[in-house]
Amino acid sequence: MICIRLPARHMAAMLTAFALTAATSQPLSAADAPMVKIENFAFTPPVLTIKPGTTVTFRNDDDIPHLVVANDSSFRSKALDTGDTYEFTFTKAGDFAYFCGLHPHMQGRITVAP
Amino acid sequence: MTHHHDDDGGDGISRRHALECMIWAGTGVLWTISGGVPVSLNLLGAAQAAEAMATGFTFLQISDSHIGFDKAANPHAIDTLKEAMGKIQALPQKPAFLIHTGDITHLSKPAQFDNAAQIIGGAGFDVHYVPGEHDLIDEGNGQAYLERYGKGTKGAGWYSFDQNGVHFVALVNVVNLKAGGLGNLGAEQLAWLADDLKAVSASTPVVVFAHIPLWAVYPEWGWGTDDAAQALGLLKRFGSVTVLNGHIHQIMQKVEGNVTFHTARSTAFPQPAPGTAASPGPMTVPAGQLRSLLGTSRVMVKQGGQDLAIIDSTLADA
Repeated sequence: MICIRLPARHMAAMLTAFALTAATSQPLSAADAPMVKIENFAFTPPVLTIKPGTTVTFRNDDDIPHLVVANDSSFRSKALDTGDTYEFTFTKAGDFAYFCGLHPHMQGRITVAP
Repeated sequence: MTHHHDDDGGDGISRRHALECMIWAGTGVLWTISGGVPVSLNLLGAAQAAEAMATGFTFLQISDSHIGFDKAANPHAIDTLKEAMGKIQALPQKPAFLIHTGDITHLSKPAQFDNAAQIIGGAGFDVHYVPGEHDLIDEGNGQAYLERYGKGTKGAGWYSFDQNGVHFVALVNVVNLKAGGLGNLGAEQLAWLADDLKAVSASTPVVVFAHIPLWAVYPEWGWGTDDAAQALGLLKRFGSVTVLNGHIHQIMQKVEGNVTFHTARSTAFPQPAPGTAASPGPMTVPAGQLRSLLGTSRVMVKQGGQDLAIIDSTLADA
């Protein structure tokens, strides 16, 4: 897997660009909304379905740091302070369960389906 | 005792002043060994507390200083730690040492560790630390903590020591956390604990301290430790076991058989009582109330309303 870090505004520009391309070829659509917000010690949405190649941004909106870790260790963020983001590009299809490395009762899942 | 009564007129004010300091030091819970059983001084009556202070061995628990935290719940966590240390230094009877039950820093940054060491270390006490999860989020996943506080410890930083006939065990339950789980001690640490306790007689009071509570305070918020039961099983043969934790930024107490559980307040910010908020995140209160939630009699009374009787019975046993 490849982890690509891009500033959020680049992501937005990419999404806009994708949205303008033909629906049959685009890997993303507006409905994908590849953002997981971390607030109130929870991942929102808790389950996010995306297409392969999609970059998901995790953003911490809490006043406490959180840390995103895949159950299978395939990805792991640094500790995210308030307002910090972490981006990961999911290239393979499958279910990727993850949790907060600091508060492991916080769990989420990314479903990657063609 | 008559002598004490005779002295009350002269000593009353200073004793009362000392008690106020101790109550604030619920940051800062001052512990004493009374009859071989650790008791929290701010659970005692004033006369008992004054007597316990005048004699005997005391140590003090400080927790969750979160140096680097600057959010709305307390933009000045560094200042409240300084205040706490000032109160501790002003105690008429100095505690033998301090324990810090973790979350020394907020983000494990070198400057945060430096500031904490300067403020806490500057008070001149021996301090025995255990890490909180906030102390292990440097690039090296805990290297920064171990480089500063890991000397003479095992594994992720656990150790034991003896003082004044009490066996102290410092446990680490904030590493290798599992998806969906709570705090975690792990097989290696449990094996070490079993071995460590072998040489300790059953009549020796044991004090165990760790960051996350070793009992299920509120698992919905992660306030518990998955394999705590195994550790507590190893402690069953001891007549007196006291478990001191932090993490939840409020006082909670429970007595179960031979074990007294107690969590300390934070010096940085309060957290809500279990289930009373959308999340366990920092609780912002009107500025005038902050210090009362970092440790005053009001919160104690509230907690005590539920659990004080149980604790009192243990103290009576002592």
